[in-house]
Amino acid sequence: MTGQRSFKMAVCVAVISKENYPLYIQTIPTEDELKFHYTVHTSLDVVEEKINNVGKTTNDLRELYLGLLYPTEDYKVYGYVTNTKIKFVVVVESSNTALRDNEIRTMFRKLHNAYTDMVCNPFYTPGDRITSRVFEKVVNGMMLQDS
Amino acid sequence: MADEALFEFLHMEVVSYLFKTADEEKCIPILENMGYRVGHSLAERFTRDSSRFKDELDIMKFICKDFWTSVYKKQVDNLRTNHQGVYVLQDNRCRVLTQISASKQYLEAAPNYLAFPCGLIRGALANLGISCIVTAEVQNMPACKFQIMIQRSQ
Repeated sequence: MTGQRSFKMAVCVAVISKENYPLYIQTIPTEDELKFHYTVHTSLDVVEEKINNVGKTTNDLRELYLGLLYPTEDYKVYGYVTNTKIKFVVVVESSNTALRDNEIRTMFRKLHNAYTDMVCNPFYTPGDRITSRVFEKVVNGMMLQDS
Repeated sequence: MADEALFEFLHMEVVSYLFKTADEEKCIPILENMGYRVGHSLAERFTRDSSRFKDELDIMKFICKDFWTSVYKKQVDNLRTNHQGVYVLQDNRCRVLTQISASKQYLEAAPNYLAFPCGLIRGALANLGISCIVTAEVQNMPACKFQIMIQRSQ
């Protein structure tokens, strides 16, 4: 490495079950991993709020992609909920301007596809923690990308 | 088309294999559980590209149209509800029964073949957030009624 920081896409990717317990959480190698766990945890309230508003407000949110949940000083948190109430949360750095809404959408799309494939694996029991290597590979592909 | 028949043949073999090897009273629950797991996975896959469901009825419509079409290559013929948590899905030509003679002769055997489809519905609905009991009823052979009773948690 030349000391130049590699370009990162996401700093944290999490999959949360229907009952709101984590199925999978992966962060970039950092000492402060707990901070991301905390960020993901707090985002769940916003997710809940957004999906409960479906059908009540005029700007109907029929899409699975929830958009930006909330920004913090250093990070932006994005959410996505499948029809089966599995939540995906992606945290990106605020300074990362290369990531636009479209890229985030694609990211979630990929994540969702990987998740469905994983669920259809006969050796996976629904509700278990995700240990699939294929899934992990997809997530790792989102987290690191050398520019 | 051959691929449409594959599921039917496999299903028939599964049923007959089970009834040959397992205890008679265990067969139906085993088949039902198989269906549950399959339905669970299918719901995950089929809802991938659909938009978010508004309410329970929306989910039922999805089961009757998209889910049924994907599994049985036809839609449910009639959906009725009492708006109090009971839905009746009527299929006039139920795929799993079409290969059986349409007379009263095999009416007794019909439940064996409907356990899997019942589980399929239950599994799909469970994954979509609705816990329910699904029962099937046959009066005239290829026609079948699935009754879905929603169990409210509160």
